[in-house]
Formats: sequence, C-alpha cells, structure tokens
Amino acid sequence: MSARTRDSLGGRAAVVGIGATEFSKDSGRSELRLAAEAVRAALDDAGLTPADVDGLVTFTMDTSPEITVAQACGMGELSFFSRVHYGGGAACATVQQAALAVATGVAEVVVCYRAFNERSGRRFGSGVRHREPSAEGAALGWTLPFGLLTPASWVAMAAQRYLYTYGLTPEEAFGPVAVTARRHAAANPAAYFHGRPITLADHAASRWIAEPLRLLDCCQETDGGQALVVTSVERARDLPRPPAVIAAAAQGAGRAQEQMTSFYRDDLTGLPEMGVVARQLWRTSGLAPADIEVGILYDHFSPFVLMQLEEFGFCAPGEAAGFVAADRLPLNTHGGQLGEAYLHGMNGVAEAVRQLRGTSVNQVPGASRVLVTAGTGVPTSGLVLTAQG
Amino acid sequence: MGDDDGLDDDLHARLKGYEGRPSTVAGAGRDPVNAPMIRHWCEVLGDTNPAYTGPGATAPPTMLQAWIMAGLSPHTGRARPYEELLALLDEAGCTSIVATDCEQEYLRPLRPGDEVTYDSVIESVSPRKTTKLGTGYFVTTRTDVRVGPDLVGTHRFRVLKYAPARRPAKPPERRPRPVVNRDNAGFWEGVRDHRLLLQRCADCAGLRFPWLPGCADCGCPDWDTVDACGEGTVFSYVVLHHPPFPAFEPPYAIGLVELAEGVRMVSNVVGVPYDKVRIGMPVRLEFRRYDDELVLPVFKGVTA
Ligand SMILES: [Zn+2]
Repeated sequence: MSARTRDSLGGRAAVVGIGATEFSKDSGRSELRLAAEAVRAALDDAGLTPADVDGLVTFTMDTSPEITVAQACGMGELSFFSRVHYGGGAACATVQQAALAVATGVAEVVVCYRAFNERSGRRFGSGVRHREPSAEGAALGWTLPFGLLTPASWVAMAAQRYLYTYGLTPEEAFGPVAVTARRHAAANPAAYFHGRPITLADHAASRWIAEPLRLLDCCQETDGGQALVVTSVERARDLPRPPAVIAAAAQGAGRAQEQMTSFYRDDLTGLPEMGVVARQLWRTSGLAPADIEVGILYDHFSPFVLMQLEEFGFCAPGEAAGFVAADRLPLNTHGGQLGEAYLHGMNGVAEAVRQLRGTSVNQVPGASRVLVTAGTGVPTSGLVLTAQG
Repeated sequence: MGDDDGLDDDLHARLKGYEGRPSTVAGAGRDPVNAPMIRHWCEVLGDTNPAYTGPGATAPPTMLQAWIMAGLSPHTGRARPYEELLALLDEAGCTSIVATDCEQEYLRPLRPGDEVTYDSVIESVSPRKTTKLGTGYFVTTRTDVRVGPDLVGTHRFRVLKYAPARRPAKPPERRPRPVVNRDNAGFWEGVRDHRLLLQRCADCAGLRFPWLPGCADCGCPDWDTVDACGEGTVFSYVVLHHPPFPAFEPPYAIGLVELAEGVRMVSNVVGVPYDKVRIGMPVRLEFRRYDDELVLPVFKGVTA
C-alpha cells in the first residue's frame, strides 16, 4: 500500500539552479563531459560553486558516476550520493532524493544530473534483442522472441487498447498531443522542432512506427546533459534566482508493475503507477488539478500524455484528447520530449523552473504552480513546484 | 584491388619462372583471311568503311583475333608451360578465371588470301592481387601473328586467375531467444513439449503469468502448474513497421492474448494478415518451430 497521508517533505527544499548543454544529434564529446558541463552550468545559474556541493544524484542508467562527476567539476567531499532506477521514471525522483537529503540535513547542496549520447551512441529506439537472465531480463524476455522489441511497440500495446476502449482513432487521440508539443517547440531555440510547427494533417500523414503510433508520436532522441541544483528553502533566499519550491515530490509503482511491459494487469487504459504519484502529490501539496497552471507531462510517446491527464484528474478517463485539443492546460511549454528533446525527463523539470521564474519561451503569465512528471510505462515520479508564496 | 604487399609469396616466384615461356606454339589460323568473314564483321558492327569492300579490300585491323581464334575446343593448342602454369594456380585454389583486358598492335593490314600463323608467350605474371572477385594473379600472354615470315600484329591478352572471395557465410537470422532463468525454466520446458503451462497458487489457486516465484495476490511462494486449454482472444495488438529486425519482416502483428483461463501473454497472431488482426478476435494456440532450438507458442487467428 502506498502512502495514504500527507508527507512532510513539501516546502522544505527548492530547485535553485538549472543548466544544460545543447541538444544535438552528435555532441562530439563524452557523456561524462556532457554531465560535467551541465552540472557547472547549473551551479553558475544557482550562484554556487562546485565547492558548495555535498550531494549528487543521477539515474542508474547514467554512465557518469557521482564520484567522477565530482572530480571533473572540482567538488570536494560528498556526504550524499544516490541513483534512481527505472529509466526516465527516475527524473523527478532525483529531485525527491535531493530534497530528502536536504530536508534531513544529510546534505546541503545537491545536484541532480542526467547526460547521455543517446542519439549518436546507443539509441533506445533501436530496440532490444537480448537480455541477461536476471529477474529484470526475464521480465522483458517474455516479449522478445515475438518481435516486440522497441519502446514504441511496448507503448503501442497499451495505446491500442486505449483507442479501442474509448472508440477513438489514432489521429483524433494522439494528434493534438503531437501538435501541441511542436507548437511550443517551434518557439524554443533549444528544440529540435524550433521553427517547425506541425499540423494535425502532418501527424496523420507521418509514417507508422508501431501501429497505432506514428513517427510524430515519438520523441526526439538526443545527445545532451541537464542538471538541477537543489538546496533548502532557507539557503535559497540568499541565492540570485527565484527558487522553485518543491511543494511535493513522489514516487510510484503500481500493482503488478513491470518496466514498459505492464500488459498483464487490469484494463491497460491507464498508468496506475502515475495514479500513486498523483495521489501523493495532491495530498502533500494541498493542491488540486484546477490549481495547476502549467503541466510538464512526460512525453516520450504521445499516448501516455493522455493517460497522465486522466490519472491526475484533469479530466475523466477517455476525455484527455479533447482536453488537449481544447488547450485547457498549458502543456509541455518547452516543446516536451516530442519537440524539444528526449532528455529522460530532466529537461522538463528545468522548464517547470523557468515557468516559475518567468523565463520560459512560452511563458504562462504569473505561473506559480507547475506539475512535472517522469517516465511513463515504468515505475515513476512527479513533482509539484511552486513559486515562493 | 590491392597488392598483398610484404607477404611471402613462393607461388609468385614459381609463376614468374614461366615468364617468356610459350603458351601456344606454331598455331595456324583455321581460315585464310577472307571476304565473307570481313563482310559479316562489318555488318555486325555497322562499319561501312569502303576500305573493307571491293577489289583491294583489307580486313579491319580489329579482326586480328578473329583469324587466330581456336574455335569451339579452345584449349587444344596450349603449350605445356602454360598448362603447367594454370595447373599450379588451380592447385593453389585459384580455380576461377576471367578475361580482364586485351591490347593489340597492327603492323600491316591483312588482305583476303593471307594465311596467318601465330605463337604465344607468357609475357608476365603479376604479384598476388586482391580484387572484389577474389585473390589471384594477372597473367598476360602476347600472341605474335605472322603471314609467312612477316609479323603483322600482336595481341596481348590478360586474365585474372583467382580464388573466389569467400563471402562470409551468413548464419541464418534467428529470432531473439527467450530469457530463461531458474524462475521460468519450467515454462520453456513445457513449450518444448508443446504444453502451455500456467502457474497456479497453492494457497489462493489464482492462475498467473508471467512466471514468478510467488503469488502477487496472496504472497504464497508455493505453486503447481496447469495446462492452458489453448483458447483465447486478442486483448490488444501492435503492428510493427519500424525499425526492421533480423528474422522479422515488417509489418507484422504482435498480439497480447487473453487466454480462456484469464491470464495474458504476448505472442504472434498467425494465419491472419497483419492488417486483419483485431481486438476481440478469437485465437487458438499452436506451437511453431523457428529454428533448431526455438519453439514458440503462437496463436492462430480464428476467422469466421
Ligand atoms: Zn495466491
């Protein structure tokens, strides 16, 4: 049973710095160097130095160890280091880990980072053909011999059931998500789709990848790095940027949870693990969907954006496509991972911070409460970030 | 094409020993130079040069080889050294031969009535070369064509005698293997015996798939197995288009099949075109062998 009461983490820590490399098809440098560049940039942004850092958090999937990033950036001793598992599901959880450390006094300044050459190196989209016989490997092994080998195809299995259940076509369901992301990306110089908005017709005309998913339902795989600096709200007051207060942070796994292949449970039309995250974020922040001014919802593939809106209660099950088409909530204002870049969700946290600072390229005037989510289809996490009240 | 520089090549040294030795001795043209063959040649090539017709006609110089061709049993006139050279190459694995180029020089025109004789010599053998076709040696022969005592032309002919490049034998493309460990080996043993085994909880009797060493409903670690009856329906499906994978030909359909027993598994829907698979379609279990070690449970679409 997941938590059923408000936790005491809310309001204790804040994101005070963000930094990223460029997002590119070929960075031309190592993943470690990308990590170090992003970390330095985030510290500069925060008005802090590497010597101030005593904690580092990243993904288990990251290839740059905390201790190596610390060396490459000129940090000293570390009293906290942690990694979160489950791919992109780790994104918001890195910030939760940092907040936990800061709130308990285990560390004072914690940097969360993720960096990879996911485009020029190993692309996740190129699929999986072999797994070791660990418990994790065996879980994925049930699908491999049958040719269900790619992230797009794993998502497509649930997406097909969603369409069937609610009587929707891929065009009417996923088109609005794909178009909204590219509309925002078009205004973002850092985005792959900068200057390139798309239409519903473009989406409908794009080729099938894993039916019912089309090319324009898939994220922009990228090289790059993103880092976030977390410290206490008290220390944040002395820093140059307006803090993005971590009003709530949560992780969630559902019953019969798998990584990307949760095919064997319930009705396959929702994301129960995100439901766990949603309940805890609402409880701890004291907020409700109507209070949220910007949603940064993990979008490696468009269908799961719909299911997230439904899990968080922004709309009823089956109604999310209409909700998106009607622009009822500013969504993925950086262009999302469909339009800006697939940086494993970490760029979405940075966009939430920009919205609260008033510096987004698609700024929602006066935005003070932003919801951010992490990887979908996997055990995941989420944040509610707020401007200092 | 490349020289295999720096390699010891005893064979080449032996082949070089044949340079200057005869490849044909005292050959004679099968026919004298004659007007009908000249006419045919000119007609085929569309050559209307008046020099080749009428009284005082000459033969087109490029016909040189036509007068010395050996006919349908071409190897009868080979001299022994050339036979030996070719045999050495055959023994070394250079069993294939291809003509690569020819050069001719013309010293005086040939006229109807000229009777040609010729001798050929092994002019040169190249160092070992690697080409797209394979690795071997270029052998150049020079044929001196005479009428009486007069040299009227030379014909240089180059062949590559080579060992065909062995294309790396591509193993047949095979499907990804199931990931078998101690927790699920019983399932794959069942598949080998054409049985689809589901786990049944020893406590709550719940059926489960995928295989795990404990019950997700009650936590009981004990279980036995039951055979699935093989009936099911398509609960969801994907048509995979991109990217292509070895052993699969896109587009193809992958189904999430809900068995009559209530559990689901991923498999292929077979016997139905990929674009005719639908949610709710009844399917029936069958076992297919994909290679010498892979048998998979797949589901055949049952169409009305
Ligand atoms: Zn049980």
